[in-house]
Amino acid sequence: MEETEIPSLVEKYNNSRTRLLDILQAVQNQYGMISESSIDQIATAMGIHRADVLDAVSFYSFFRRQGQGHASIRIPRCPACSAFESEQLAEKFQKTLGIKMGSTTSDSRFSLQWTSCIGLCDQGPAILVNGSVFTRLSPEKVDSITNKLKTTGILDHGQEFPQIQNACGPNSKVDSNIILPGPVFFQPIQKGAGLWKALSGSPERVIDEICSSRLRGRGGAGFPTANKWNLTRYSRNTAQRVVVGNADEGEPGTFKDRVLLSEAADLVFEGMTIAGYAIGAQEGIFYLRAEYAWLWPHLNEIITKRRTQHLLGDHVCGHENFHFDIRIQLGAGAYICGEETALLESSEGKRGAPRDRPPYPTDAGYLGKPTAVNNVETLACVTRILEKGSEWFTQYGTKDSVGTKLFSVSGDCDRPGIFEVPLGITVYDLLALAGAINSAAAMVSGPSGEIIGPKDFGRKLCHEDLRAGGSIMVFGQQRDLLAIVQEFQKFFSEESCGYCTPCRAGTPILETMFAKIVEGRGTHGDWEELLDFAGTVKRTSRCGLGQSAANPIVSTSRNFPELYQTRLQAVDFTSRVSLDEALADARQIMEKQI
Amino acid sequence: MSELVTIFVDGAEIQTSPGKTVLQACDAVGVFIPRLCYRPDLIPAGRCRLCTVRINGRYAGACYTPVANGMVIEHQTPELQRDRARIIEMLFVEGNHICPECEKTGNCDLQACAYRLNMLAPTLPYRYVTRDIDATNPEVFIDRSRCILCGMCDVASRHVDKKTVFAFENRNGEMRIAVDSRKGLIGTPIRASDKAAQVCPVGSILIKGTAFQSPYGERTYDSRPIGADIEEASKIHGAVSVAEPEGNDQT
Repeated sequence: MEETEIPSLVEKYNNSRTRLLDILQAVQNQYGMISESSIDQIATAMGIHRADVLDAVSFYSFFRRQGQGHASIRIPRCPACSAFESEQLAEKFQKTLGIKMGSTTSDSRFSLQWTSCIGLCDQGPAILVNGSVFTRLSPEKVDSITNKLKTTGILDHGQEFPQIQNACGPNSKVDSNIILPGPVFFQPIQKGAGLWKALSGSPERVIDEICSSRLRGRGGAGFPTANKWNLTRYSRNTAQRVVVGNADEGEPGTFKDRVLLSEAADLVFEGMTIAGYAIGAQEGIFYLRAEYAWLWPHLNEIITKRRTQHLLGDHVCGHENFHFDIRIQLGAGAYICGEETALLESSEGKRGAPRDRPPYPTDAGYLGKPTAVNNVETLACVTRILEKGSEWFTQYGTKDSVGTKLFSVSGDCDRPGIFEVPLGITVYDLLALAGAINSAAAMVSGPSGEIIGPKDFGRKLCHEDLRAGGSIMVFGQQRDLLAIVQEFQKFFSEESCGYCTPCRAGTPILETMFAKIVEGRGTHGDWEELLDFAGTVKRTSRCGLGQSAANPIVSTSRNFPELYQTRLQAVDFTSRVSLDEALADARQIMEKQI
Repeated sequence: MSELVTIFVDGAEIQTSPGKTVLQACDAVGVFIPRLCYRPDLIPAGRCRLCTVRINGRYAGACYTPVANGMVIEHQTPELQRDRARIIEMLFVEGNHICPECEKTGNCDLQACAYRLNMLAPTLPYRYVTRDIDATNPEVFIDRSRCILCGMCDVASRHVDKKTVFAFENRNGEMRIAVDSRKGLIGTPIRASDKAAQVCPVGSILIKGTAFQSPYGERTYDSRPIGADIEEASKIHGAVSVAEPEGNDQT
């Protein structure tokens, strides 16, 4: 097929190698997929190697390559959602379309795929169709969705948002579910208030103010924001500084950024602008995960409005020397891109493989420029701190973990949604707010965090105690915790970027070793070996993904040893393969017992 | 020249010049840190992780971490030795490595590291993957069953040969080395004389017509283990030499 539009799509992005992801997205939007011949034509039009285009296309799960359908239906396979019947939903889709999960209809119109968490755990089961989202589904609604998709002609071109959403109407409503608003994020926003205060003083004074607020990054690592800005501002690298807003919220069970961006995106963009002023940057990149592509029109509108109000662009707020603008970089489906160096690689139009450090992004980040990568929640805090003062901010939280924090609570509780609470709150108190009674376990900060039992519910969510990434997934007594762990181990091996041996080869091995125990064929020795192997993966993996990939296994082994012990065989050795299973095919063929 | 820096490797004090990596500093004094994806003439990428050491309490790859004054490095701890043996084991079970039928046997870094680290038979579960062979090119072929995704062919092709014959495709366990043509290697400008055709540490990228040229007993690792060249070089140059090592070029 001759895809004649490709040169003009490439031209639209100034033929920039850095914008390869946007170009691929545009090609997919135009032709429904990225065919092998598209890859050739993109490479030719851009004057780069085909292998480099293929490298990017094949890395991200949201790019549809040849052989996949024009409409890709993605059903999240996440324990928080499956509580709400996503298995039944998948079954119904398979029946309606006559295909299995992971395959494509013969007319190339539909593909069915499992996907990781799409950040709608509070209103599941939800699905993504290309870029559009459908929430609170039930098997009864499946026919109407597929029928509408068939009749609107969208499938001929496999278009993305918002065409599908418009065609299918009110199904796609997303609620914010703010159960407990707090003083920082969900109060009325006076646009520009924080920014004006920042611009009325020197950049150094802005950093001083953030320093006195003792704000730590909200992405999980908890690095002091003022330190990061100082490192970027005073880097010896003389290149232009860059601010990156990290909205690649991929940790399963986390949806606080989704709500923050729906309700208070102005705080985030203003925080980026303030950061730009503080570190001396003119360029801002806002990296939005592909699962939130449906938020793009909303965010773009806000950015456009801020430009007309002189809160972005040349001479921000009339300031003589300060110019700053933001572009949205849409991701393409890869959990690893939440890691800041992988995010930078991805923003440069490459596969999202993390980088070695040093150099740190503060010295050589986006295109080798000193770059401050901040989580969107951190940036929202920045705006409020400038607006209301650091003293106001420090009245919340603990000594070492200042301020309030957004938590996404999902799973087995009466009130799933968003809670803004001071850092240092106990797990118990947060669970009580969400109406989670008699819970068996809570997964704190996603699968890369820790799964804890009631004996640890008194622990505090803050830097000094339990790392507070932003999510709590609650599991009731009826749940099979080890089956949940198994899902998350699958998640890690699926999302491994493949760069280093221990993560790429080790995560599937963790899965296999763990399966033997879950299926009741493991011995005490197998369990010990599993934990020992987990240690190797943790120590030798290159980035946080591999280093935390065994956390579901390690934390449940520590906190719920009885779940393992009851499944172990009381013998010294059991075979890895079950003889009966291994012989099943042969027996069937030979129709006799062997 | 700038002043020397001092690092401590397993308690031993080593003087080295700034700008070197931990692995280079160790090589220079005859301390061999196992590695599969590092060569002195290519930019390190830290993919195989075999050179993982503990630097000031944190684990990092020795091949890409620059030395800094006062660094305390743990290298030969029982835990790290076991981790390295396990990484070798992971690579064996991830692909299809059948040493007796492989023409690289005896000259293979993966095999040699396995012997050196005493990983004599994998016990981890095999993946039993099906991987293809690209024999389209008259000079060079790829057997992806044996690829360990070290990326050295890619680095060599881009930075030495200036050709970009290779790139990666897919992610996770599905990741594979791809070539810059839909036709396979024949559609690329690779030649047997290219660096990219010569740097494969295992039997994945091989030059046609060169198999089994050295008899048993005369292969690279028949008489001495991998790393012996580095350890022996230091005996000649003295224990605190800061000279560049010869490198273990096996081509």
